[in-house]
Amino acid sequence: MITTPSSTFKDWAEEQLYFLGGIVYLIRDCLREGFHRPFYWGLLADQIYLVGVRSMPLVLITAGSTGMVMALQYGLGLEKFGGKPYVPRLVASTILREMGPVFTSLMLAARVGAGIASEIGSMMVTQQIDAIRALGTSPIKRIVIPRILACLIVLPILAAFANLVGNIGGMLIGAYELNIDFQFYYQRVIETSNIMDYLAGFGKTFFFALFIAVPSCFYGLQVKNGTQEVGIATRKAVVASSLLILVGDFFLSKVFWIIEKWL
Amino acid sequence: MAVIEVRNFKKNFGTKTIHEDVSFYVRKGECLGLVGGSGTGKSVLLRSLIGLEKSDGGSIQINDQEIVGFSEIQWLQIRKKVGYAFQGGALFDSMTVFENLAYPLLEHTELNKQQIKDKITQQLNDFGLNDTESLFPGELSGGMQKRVGLARAMMLEPEIILYDEPTAGLDPYNTKKIQDLILRLKAKGVTSILVTHDMPTAFAVCDKFAFLKDKRIIEQGTLAQLKDSPQSMINQFIEGIII
Ligand SMILES: Nc1ncnc2c1ncn2[C@@H]1O[C@H](COP(=O)(O)OP(=O)(O)OP(=O)(O)O)[C@@H](O)[C@H]1O
Ligand SMILES: [Mg+2]
Repeated sequence: MITTPSSTFKDWAEEQLYFLGGIVYLIRDCLREGFHRPFYWGLLADQIYLVGVRSMPLVLITAGSTGMVMALQYGLGLEKFGGKPYVPRLVASTILREMGPVFTSLMLAARVGAGIASEIGSMMVTQQIDAIRALGTSPIKRIVIPRILACLIVLPILAAFANLVGNIGGMLIGAYELNIDFQFYYQRVIETSNIMDYLAGFGKTFFFALFIAVPSCFYGLQVKNGTQEVGIATRKAVVASSLLILVGDFFLSKVFWIIEKWL
Repeated sequence: MAVIEVRNFKKNFGTKTIHEDVSFYVRKGECLGLVGGSGTGKSVLLRSLIGLEKSDGGSIQINDQEIVGFSEIQWLQIRKKVGYAFQGGALFDSMTVFENLAYPLLEHTELNKQQIKDKITQQLNDFGLNDTESLFPGELSGGMQKRVGLARAMMLEPEIILYDEPTAGLDPYNTKKIQDLILRLKAKGVTSILVTHDMPTAFAVCDKFAFLKDKRIIEQGTLAQLKDSPQSMINQFIEGIII
């Protein structure tokens, strides 16, 4: 087949439509089956542990470094204009609104999203998903729903920890590199940040959780045969989740600003 | 009365037709041997009977209930009554042998821990799998995995069992064990379909045969009926063992 720019675009567009359609069907199946017994609480608990506890070190290191880098850059950049006292406020609101939730989600997309897609993909190849169905049980309930719920529960909590550690990182750099007193830094953060800063970031994490879990489950379930497809599915899952988080973040930020003005 | 009845069944993957017009039936307590070359769609046909593949036309009835067009939730009810022994075992590799066998019991019965344990010990014994309950599938040989898969498919004592090459890759001793097991279940009234290339086993346990070729069933009947068939392929299959 000859690939021309237009045929490549057509393939690309077709694939995106297929993705969107698949996501809609998957969510529909989850809603259809999710409210019927049995509920697999044990499987949900396993996933919360895997997604939450096991990702914690990665998330905290990311958040700490981000907070430190931001404090350093803001501090050095603003020093010339005598803007150092604004560092705590700038670091805090950027972390609460953007960096905390977004970086946590991106790390989870890489770690958890890839894990979900490759695990489900391997289960497809080895017919374990077929076996779940053949034994009169539902892979949507046993595999998909616990993973989506775990991400929805865990991501807001991880982001809250990331917010805290990110600000501590900023404070440390403030104290040791920028000569901003701990007490002063802390006071400024408390005085200048408001609950809306936190809620705007917090609200986004639920969307990001879906952006991670749903495409990863979808691509995992698309695997038909061959381990090669598992690799492809994993890559597609991580790319889709990351792009959805980054592009979605812009629109969600916009929406939250509109809501805030309104309130 | 036919327990499984397939009429004018069609199946394609995209533009590739696998089955054009497949019809057969199996009566209660019978075992049908489904025979055909590799890649003729035997596994696809078995999978369609429990809705793992969507059919593209025709009718499938199980206990006089039409199941083509069932939703996934409706299929769950059928699958509890039909055991499916996968060609490769399809064991859950994150679970031990014990947990694999306990899975259907935990999902569909009210048995307590002790009853489950007893049942599994008995089942492992029947399948020559003693002392494997705490092993993971990765620690078993291919033949053992296959037997665990069979054992799992039979845990709920289903009234219908679909066997996809249950003896392929097994040694003669275990092949004989599986044959005896299928016969024992048959004696209890279990209806089954056996897909196999292992003609001695097929002749030992099947009441009748259906030959799949060129996207349809080209011939079906008892061994006696088929011996007189003019179709050369069938004779080759039969002679493969008789000679
Ligand atoms: N998911 C699928 N998508 C596309 N084609 C498929 C799919 N599953 C099976 N096929 C095709 O259907 C045909 C029949 O496959 P099937 O596995 O049923 O063969 P079989 O008769 O069981 O062979 P064997 O004896 O080797 O197990 C094959 O040509 C295979 O390539
Ligand atoms: Mg096969």
